[in-house]
Amino acid sequence: MASIAEPVSAPPVARTAPTRSFQIVPLAGLPVVAVVIVGMVVAIATNSLWALDFYHVVGGGLWTGIDLFLGLVLGPIMGTMSIPARVEFTTRLMPKMVLIMPTLVTMTLGAGFQLARSLGNLSANSPTHGWLLASYIVVGVMATIALGLLEPANIAVLFELRKPQPNGARIARLMKVFIYTAGITGLMQIATLVIMTHLAAG
Amino acid sequence: MEAHEAQVQLVPGDGPLPPVQQISIAVLALIVIGGIYTAAHLPRHVPQGPTIALLIAAALLLAVNVALLTRIEHFNWRVFRQVAGWVLAAYAVIAGMLEYVFIYDHTRGTQLLILTLMLVVFAVNIPVLIGFSVARFQALDRSS
Repeated sequence: MASIAEPVSAPPVARTAPTRSFQIVPLAGLPVVAVVIVGMVVAIATNSLWALDFYHVVGGGLWTGIDLFLGLVLGPIMGTMSIPARVEFTTRLMPKMVLIMPTLVTMTLGAGFQLARSLGNLSANSPTHGWLLASYIVVGVMATIALGLLEPANIAVLFELRKPQPNGARIARLMKVFIYTAGITGLMQIATLVIMTHLAAG
Repeated sequence: MEAHEAQVQLVPGDGPLPPVQQISIAVLALIVIGGIYTAAHLPRHVPQGPTIALLIAAALLLAVNVALLTRIEHFNWRVFRQVAGWVLAAYAVIAGMLEYVFIYDHTRGTQLLILTLMLVVFAVNIPVLIGFSVARFQALDRSS
């Protein structure tokens, strides 16, 4: 555990900057999340194939796209930015991610499981059962990485940024965890794309 | 430079801490494996031995983690409670939705009980993990 500690004398990000005032969870986005979740509950309750397909495809497409973009495009760009610039960017990006990603994941997995059930893909006799099992494993690994490493790093960065004197080294280290794990889940999303397109093609 | 260093406060995360984060990830992995095992068998009967073993292992690790957490000295409990409380509220909603899907899909009896307990362990484990991840980097305040 001690190996993850950084020097106490790490420089603050901006000595003279005032305390940053921002919402860790953007409250304005909560009604949108509520509408999306209620819509998903209705889709599951009515077993509407179109609605389940819509939630699964839209949620999964956005989840995959954002993961790939963040891990493979934005991540390397952020790695080359100065710490103050990274802080400015992070302060604006991360609160939105706190709402967007869990909502997309819930949409995709909730609607996806119900869709598989409705289409009979869950049955062990289904010719696609093996592919479905592979998708569970990929999603399981991604969920463990995202919930165990990515999300705690994300929220810890936001709390650090709200301090009057944020610790630059600590932010850089936490952001590295965030970007690396986003990259890994982004690469795993390619496996998801292969599996899902195979399932869709029958 | 001295004034500069004086502005950076010593926080628990700057020193050695028990492996709360690692144990939480292990608990999460056990629950995920249990979920995959269950989902792989549904809608047929799910053999209960492996899922019960995974559940017990996850619950024991969670209990150990909570015990380790409570023994940390000089920890910002106010921030931990604040973060863990909100995360618990969010994950209670997510776990509640999963429970709704299980019941809606006619999962009953022991299988429902096992899945419900797995959801409880999941919904408690994540707030512990995120609360710890944030509070470890917070300076102590008077209420801590």
